[in-house]
Amino acid sequence: MSDRWIGKSVKRVEDFRLLTGRGTYIDDHPPIGNIHHAAIVRSRHPHARILGYDVSKARAAEGVVGVITGDDVARETKPFAVGVTTPVHYYCAATDKVRFVGEPVAVVVARDRYLAEDAAELVDVEYEPLPAVVDPEKALQPDAPVLHDKVGTNLAGHRRLVYGDPERAFREADVVLRERFRFPKYGSTPIETYGIIARWEPDGICTVWSNFMGPFIMHPLTARVLGLPENKLRFIVPTDIGGSFGIKSSIYPYIALIALAAKHAGVPVKWIEDRREHLLASSSGTDRVAYRELAAKRDGTVVGMRFKWLDNVGGYIRSPEPGCSFRPTGNFVGPYAFQHLEVDASVVMTNKSLTGPNRGYACGHLYFETEGMMDRLADELGLDPIEIRRRNLIAPEQMPYRTPTGGYYDSGDYPAALDKAVQVADYADLRRQQARARANGRWFGIGVALAVDPSVSNMGYVATALDPEFRAKPEYLPKSGAVDAATVKIDPLGRVTTILGTTPQGQGHQTVVAQIVADELGLTPDDITVVDEMDTFTRIWSISSGTYSSRFGSVGTSAVALAARKLRAKLVDYAAHLMERPAADLEFRDGAVRPRSGKGPSYSVKDLAGRAHWNTESLPDGMEPGLQATAVFGFGVSRAVDAEDRVNSSNTYGFIAEIMAVEVDRRTAAITILKYVTVHDAGTIINPMIAEGQIYGGALHGLGGALYEELKYDDDGQFLTGTFMDYLVPTATEAPAEIEIAHIVSPSPLTPLGSKGLGESSSMTVPAVIANAVSDALRPLGIRITELPMTPSNLWEMIRQAGDRGAEPRASRAGHPRPEPDSRHSLQ
Amino acid sequence: MKPPKFEYHAPSTLDEALALLARYNGDAKLLAGGQSLVPLLNFRLARPAALIDLNRITSLAYIREHDGHVRLGAMTRQRAIEFSPVVARRLPLLREATRWVGHLPIRSRGTIGGSIAHADPSAEYPAVLTALEGEVVARGPKGERTLSSGALFETYLTTTLAPDEILTEVRLPVMPEGAGWAFEELARRHGDFAIVGVAAAVWRSGGRVTARLATAGAGGTPRRLRAAEEIVERDGLGAAAIEAAGRRASELVEPDADIHASADYRRHLAGVLTERALKRAAERAA
Repeated sequence: MSDRWIGKSVKRVEDFRLLTGRGTYIDDHPPIGNIHHAAIVRSRHPHARILGYDVSKARAAEGVVGVITGDDVARETKPFAVGVTTPVHYYCAATDKVRFVGEPVAVVVARDRYLAEDAAELVDVEYEPLPAVVDPEKALQPDAPVLHDKVGTNLAGHRRLVYGDPERAFREADVVLRERFRFPKYGSTPIETYGIIARWEPDGICTVWSNFMGPFIMHPLTARVLGLPENKLRFIVPTDIGGSFGIKSSIYPYIALIALAAKHAGVPVKWIEDRREHLLASSSGTDRVAYRELAAKRDGTVVGMRFKWLDNVGGYIRSPEPGCSFRPTGNFVGPYAFQHLEVDASVVMTNKSLTGPNRGYACGHLYFETEGMMDRLADELGLDPIEIRRRNLIAPEQMPYRTPTGGYYDSGDYPAALDKAVQVADYADLRRQQARARANGRWFGIGVALAVDPSVSNMGYVATALDPEFRAKPEYLPKSGAVDAATVKIDPLGRVTTILGTTPQGQGHQTVVAQIVADELGLTPDDITVVDEMDTFTRIWSISSGTYSSRFGSVGTSAVALAARKLRAKLVDYAAHLMERPAADLEFRDGAVRPRSGKGPSYSVKDLAGRAHWNTESLPDGMEPGLQATAVFGFGVSRAVDAEDRVNSSNTYGFIAEIMAVEVDRRTAAITILKYVTVHDAGTIINPMIAEGQIYGGALHGLGGALYEELKYDDDGQFLTGTFMDYLVPTATEAPAEIEIAHIVSPSPLTPLGSKGLGESSSMTVPAVIANAVSDALRPLGIRITELPMTPSNLWEMIRQAGDRGAEPRASRAGHPRPEPDSRHSLQ
Repeated sequence: MKPPKFEYHAPSTLDEALALLARYNGDAKLLAGGQSLVPLLNFRLARPAALIDLNRITSLAYIREHDGHVRLGAMTRQRAIEFSPVVARRLPLLREATRWVGHLPIRSRGTIGGSIAHADPSAEYPAVLTALEGEVVARGPKGERTLSSGALFETYLTTTLAPDEILTEVRLPVMPEGAGWAFEELARRHGDFAIVGVAAAVWRSGGRVTARLATAGAGGTPRRLRAAEEIVERDGLGAAAIEAAGRRASELVEPDADIHASADYRRHLAGVLTERALKRAAERAA
């Protein structure tokens, strides 16, 4: 093959149907006989005991065929398994108490959604209101209201993880820095909300159509809650899901709830989450209070860190939490070479909505803190922020690199990527611009942020939440793994169909798979039909299946490539038999099996397919008839967490280096992004256009968390951001004028194509890079950003207070030791 | 997010609409562009017995210059105002303010009458109406009356329009030849309701300066900043006078805090944006 499809910006085959309104989303499911619609009654109280229900008026309302309440839930379902050992009973709806505004308390099923909502207003729930707590630090105080009586505290879980000898590192350090950070609670706002259709079949099978995305561990968890054997619960996922960014991994409690409602009502039931429900009670990342400590030598070498986290998971702990604390275990140290680390992670329950994976799952938090600390160290030592990072990066010759926390960084050249960012941003020139701007009294700042971008979670990381003693018990079943499956088959006319078991939410799997198979079989992408439509009854899947944690670019594509290669090998064996030559003399090239020597006849795929299908007699002895191959790809580096709490929490690790320049308006405190450069290393890039799309989206998502988005509650637990007038999502007009993207390519040695994931990308760096840039801009006032989002109003208050403290808001560089790259332009 | 049951009427004349309004005796809502009312219905925050849809009353959509005024029918879309040559020539301040109203799809549906009658104090049109000393025309069973901005806006989302009245027309005096104008606004995102917005117009005649200033988002109603206007009318449009007017503006407003901004920040912004609006308006003025 002279020309490869991998690496080309092949147009997305999905886009024609999506852009012409002909996608197949859950709400577009073809009509199902006698379908009815659910409305969910939700708590208006942040915290209250449920004293009783009166559903008589609702049952009598027009069109209503069924009503279920927490009593039915408690009687007929089990609580979901949770990721901690504390006895948190999390059911698919409130049973004894409500613990956040928006928590489901009852479901009404009616002929249409309007009637269901009318009747939902008639459900009477008697409450005894209880005091609420929303702040994770306050929730741990002795006088705080306790959400779960059986737990007796709001601490759902706590782990202290020690790697190396942090005590000694801090004792012997020249410099120790401390800081407190706060990260906000925000989500993703996928353009399609949750949607479920549940139908009980006469044979006792429950069929659920939904935009479920995995991890597929949630399927057996849901089956258990409903009291069903796993092979009696069928999940079917439509071709198209309208985005998720991790949020839809938390749909499964609603699947149980709607399945129960359908069982009671005796009809198929459809529920499409509306926008208000989504903002109230879908899923989000955690808000976190973090205390960070950093120990360094005078030359800038970081020797150790301490992380103390309080992650706020809301009213219950819903799996896969507490991934908020432990998903990045393997990359806790980021791109830096220090060896000593202590992590004190508390998972706290408060009267807020529940949390779960949100693009970058916990990495936005991690790097916001770490990169903030690196800038403080640069300040402390009078070094440039680029230089301080260079002095601490893991070197390319150390790759593959085992981190002190058990991560296995498969490949990368971090200094080269940072250099690339410096060069693309023209960092020296930015510093000169800054000097000129400051001389004119402008608040101009430059931020830097680096991140190791983990992809393909190893399901084993979740066990880091458990004590090693618990994991050492003989009855404990260790957990590990990250697999995906694919089947490639060739029809009698030589056309290829590829069948996946993934749940794409817009990532373009069909396009990318066609590129890969075309390369492997010497065809063009148009020759390949790619079928997804996950169905747990017919597709190959396992615990870790699904489309999350940037998996597909790494694990799904690997399964596809290996399946195609298996099939290619079979074609070569078959052709060798037909040609009566040893297979070793043949090769697969340009869509045909040919002699390596170039002499003699060749057999095209089409020719071989026709013969193999039409005349099985022509197959060699022992060859299985049919032209299909299935591969299940898993990573050998996915191991269970060890006794020292080390775990390779992901399987492939990319890298991100970003530089941003901003200006803060002297009068209004509004932030303008002047330059934004983002350099990525995701190994082999299969489709550069799709990769760029992921980076744009990730960057905007990160910008949302940094400047706009927050799911806010007042101190009494009332929810304040229930509409898009209050919960602000950045739109195209908020995007930086230009996002300059560059790539470094360090192929992964662990995947057949060398590719890594890229789906979360800049969502995990933008909060850090913009916070650092704004801190740099406000350096003349001594302001450092430690909390997000940075709203103009909040920023202005900080600036005003800095002015009151005596730091006159005037251009001044006095006392700021950072050297300018070009001293001729510096102003002293 | 489905509305409760309501009756729906789509009259084709104003008289029919008035008759319907009278029939429901205060329990009907008028549907103009629907950009605020429809979300309120879907959230079940508004529960009228009936909706009276004005969209088929074509006689309510017009832009006419008449007798020193531009008359805009209540059902004139914001998008039509944005591209109206009459507005561009006679009311450039209104045109500039329109660019701050929502986004294209919102402006394509939203109407000037709907925006003003809804009386969101953060909206742009009520501020322009106030700054330009415009009037609205209201029709009721007893006939027609005109109201100034001061007489119309009571407080947040509340006007003095009677339940049986329909706002039919907005009248804005033509801005004098050579007038300068500016609409300054700060919102967290482009297209959001203003945290604070300031409408400004200035013109010189016979060596005297006339200034018009009004705010959006700095209190329960749009606020005319007469005392700030007086500073530049007295001292001219120099930098010092404009700065003083800005300082005065921040003293005049009585903003509230909400989830997006503190009251202090809004007060500060009212000053900054007044200063910026005056500066830009002065540069444009002949």
